[in-house]
Amino acid sequence: MSDLLLKAFDKEGNESLPQLRVGDNVTVHLRINVGQRNERVQLVRGVIIRLRGNGNNRNFTVRRIASNGIGVERTFLLRSPRIEKIEVHRHAHVRRAQLYYLRERTGKSARLREKRIY
Amino acid sequence: MKGLLGVKIGMTQIFDEQGVIMPVTLIKAGPCYVTQVKTVQSDGYDAIQVGFEEIKEARLSKGQKGHLGLLKPDKKHPSRKKGKNIPAVRYLREFRTKNVGEYAVGQRLTVEQFEIGDHVDVVGTTKGRGFAGVVKRYGFGGGIKTHGQSDRHRAPGSIGATSGTAHVFKGKKMPGRMGNERFTSQNLEVVQIDLEQDLIAVRGSVPGTKGGFVIIRDTAKG
Repeated sequence: MSDLLLKAFDKEGNESLPQLRVGDNVTVHLRINVGQRNERVQLVRGVIIRLRGNGNNRNFTVRRIASNGIGVERTFLLRSPRIEKIEVHRHAHVRRAQLYYLRERTGKSARLREKRIY
Repeated sequence: MKGLLGVKIGMTQIFDEQGVIMPVTLIKAGPCYVTQVKTVQSDGYDAIQVGFEEIKEARLSKGQKGHLGLLKPDKKHPSRKKGKNIPAVRYLREFRTKNVGEYAVGQRLTVEQFEIGDHVDVVGTTKGRGFAGVVKRYGFGGGIKTHGQSDRHRAPGSIGATSGTAHVFKGKKMPGRMGNERFTSQNLEVVQIDLEQDLIAVRGSVPGTKGGFVIIRDTAKG
């Protein structure tokens, strides 16, 4: 019973966020603080290479290729109020839950086969 | 005095207004019932005794039932008072307080008495670690990992001099039983209260396992 109470305590996630899958190409709209008062929205576009945790601790990691071909990974808490919006651009056909193999690949070999979901 | 008995539910995380995540422990606290009021006149000190966790009456001994007023008066015991409005409870604990006058036997105490932002101490029994070595138990560094060492990685090292002292000092930190002892987490902030489900969420961790018995009280840190 106690675990039920524990689960019920975690607040509902943001309903407007889409269902995410590993391999999705997404843009995360993240509110960040600039200086003391100002806020702005930062965009992070890349591939979701893992989804983990549950409840308030549900999180996902986005891998993107920054300038000079440097890979940058960033992990977000899915239930965070700082996430304003997530756009899903394409789904991919993936055969594992964590796409860590993308770290060793660049260019053409780092592509994922598209999976259309109707 | 603010105080309650409860059961640890477990830990999770919540976001504050800024979107910063913080660790919290959920405790199902109360409802508790005042089972006895002790005063300087009657007992030599001021305190209230509080009961928690309703159980079947059959689980109590006759002495416990009598204390809680669950026995009926009969021919042999006409002076028994039936009904203090207390259910059968598993745990009885005392809280020292100067304001004994504010409490009456049978009174119900709930999480209502706490407010968000309060600081509390939570007392519990730590998880038992069994017979633990000095690395886990006292944070010793252990031995070196390489250079041909064998069986010395988690060893305590020297435990004393030889001819000068000729014995090992009392209280020397050595392997032994660890955990399963009373511990107080002090000065935890109350971050959320659920009156309907008698839940209270405090920032940080609380000793013991899920389902472990805990005492919540005013912080000694003031």
